[in-house]
Amino acid sequence: MTMHPYSPDPRTSRLSTPTPTPSAVTDALRRSRPRGLDVEAVFIGRSLRHAVRDVESLLMSIALPVILMLMFTFVFGGAIDPGGDYVNYVVPGIILTCAGFGASSTALSVANDMTSGFIDRLRTMPVRASAVITGHVAASLAKNLFATAIVIVVAVLIGFRPTATWGEWFAVIALIALYILAITYLFAAIGLAAKSAESANGYGFILLFLPYVSSAFVPVDTMPDWLIWFADNQPVTPIIDALRSLLVGTEMNGSGIAAVAWCTVILAVAVGWAARLFTSRAGRR
Amino acid sequence: MDSTMRTETNCETPTPPGPPAIEFTGVSAGFGRKPVLRGLDLMVGKGEVFALLGANGAGKTTTINILTTLLRPDSGRVRVSGVDVLEHPDEARRCFAVTGQSAAVDHCLSTAENLMLLARLSGLSRREAKARTVQLAERLSLGSFIDARVGTLSGGMRRRLDLALSLVVPVDVLILDEPTTGLDTRSRRELWAEVSQLSSEGTTVFLTTQYLEEADALADRIGLLHDGRLAGLGTPHELKARVGEDTVAVRDRDGNALAEVPTDGTVRGISAVLGSLDPDYAEAAVTLHRPSLDDVFLSFTSNDEVRPRQKPVG
Repeated sequence: MTMHPYSPDPRTSRLSTPTPTPSAVTDALRRSRPRGLDVEAVFIGRSLRHAVRDVESLLMSIALPVILMLMFTFVFGGAIDPGGDYVNYVVPGIILTCAGFGASSTALSVANDMTSGFIDRLRTMPVRASAVITGHVAASLAKNLFATAIVIVVAVLIGFRPTATWGEWFAVIALIALYILAITYLFAAIGLAAKSAESANGYGFILLFLPYVSSAFVPVDTMPDWLIWFADNQPVTPIIDALRSLLVGTEMNGSGIAAVAWCTVILAVAVGWAARLFTSRAGRR
Repeated sequence: MDSTMRTETNCETPTPPGPPAIEFTGVSAGFGRKPVLRGLDLMVGKGEVFALLGANGAGKTTTINILTTLLRPDSGRVRVSGVDVLEHPDEARRCFAVTGQSAAVDHCLSTAENLMLLARLSGLSRREAKARTVQLAERLSLGSFIDARVGTLSGGMRRRLDLALSLVVPVDVLILDEPTTGLDTRSRRELWAEVSQLSSEGTTVFLTTQYLEEADALADRIGLLHDGRLAGLGTPHELKARVGEDTVAVRDRDGNALAEVPTDGTVRGISAVLGSLDPDYAEAAVTLHRPSLDDVFLSFTSNDEVRPRQKPVG
């Protein structure tokens, strides 16, 4: 072809290269692979825009845990711990519930990109299409850390008195971030696996019940025996125990190592699963 | 079905020098046990507008998915601008852009943000991307809804944006999978005009469609996909000529066909036909009938032999 569809932009040398022979055409004009981590940056920007614009979901991911916390503290708290100290017990559980709820919207975002053909379009371009998942996960991490911060502020306002040192606070934030990262990736994989955005939402819901069957809201030893076994051996319990230990100085009992191990395993499995699904679901809208 | 005979016409259209824009060689693909493509051979020349026509489920989208690196065929070879899409998918992806069946646009972002996003992903710097967005918005008349969230746009506007997204960076080959399905007549014609414009500027266009009218209006050549193979290939004119000749049709007042006589379509030919008609038909209505692509489609995709239009019926 001799003429090109676009008038080249004189300011950019790449686009103003003349196209003399068909074979050289076009090399200068063709799409080029974005450099370095540009793709990731672009997708993180996109997902953050989504997060900020979806005001309803942002408000819900903050309002729900706050309401939950107020309810547990003022409605059930008196029955569970008549001493009025329940808020100090329940905050880690609320944080994890909040993180789980916030992360679950990632399944929806990913499923939407999958079913709308957006991801297929990326796959026909010379870019790392999987970076779209990185974008959703990073945005979810930012959004949920923000929501967590608000939850902690509200908790302090209603009587939460953490005893954590600066170092312990750092560990708390790191552990929460690791948990959010792991569970967000898991929800991203669920979004890839789901046939539709609606079912992605449904599957994700099951995971949100895990904190209730853990040491989050009541001590595990108040549960029936068979449930104690489950509650002791599921990932949320050690994470809660570790957070509680760091925040208010209860016994750690090795829960820190177990918490990090659980998060790492969940993250590894989720990343592997997502990678597999991402490849196998090409062109199967 | 004598598909071999029909596909021989491949060489009737001269191909420009250089590697063909698109080349399928013996491509077979299937889902599970169900074969979708059975040894598809197809060549599209540089600068050509090629329409792949087929009924629902004929394998049009599978063909597109293989061409665009979304799906690996079971066997065969596919090249775009001389680049093997199976061996060098990333290199091939630099040669084409595709607009799929559903408008793959980001509903949360505005028109401009969608364009920026794709431009950045195509390796343009922020400044280049901005300049291109302005250019494309002007070219495809997106100006009136440039800042509107895509979720609020009509189907026609979304398709136009979708096409613009494919044009963010110039490509050798533009691939359109049923680009006008679900669009109203005006939007459809606007999209056709844009495709014609691109083609006149040298872009090769490969499109699938269920609309014969669309293929007739746009395509230099048409391939009829049936049963996983090309059942017919040629210019719209050639294909129509192979189904039947032009005829002079004579009908009575109630519309019943009295006679249908083949003609070469010239004044002399038609006069001769009219002169030879039974004088009793003096009051009857006369129309010139040319085979349409509908006739072509039906005859090539039925599993029977092609039956040329018969002679007088009255």
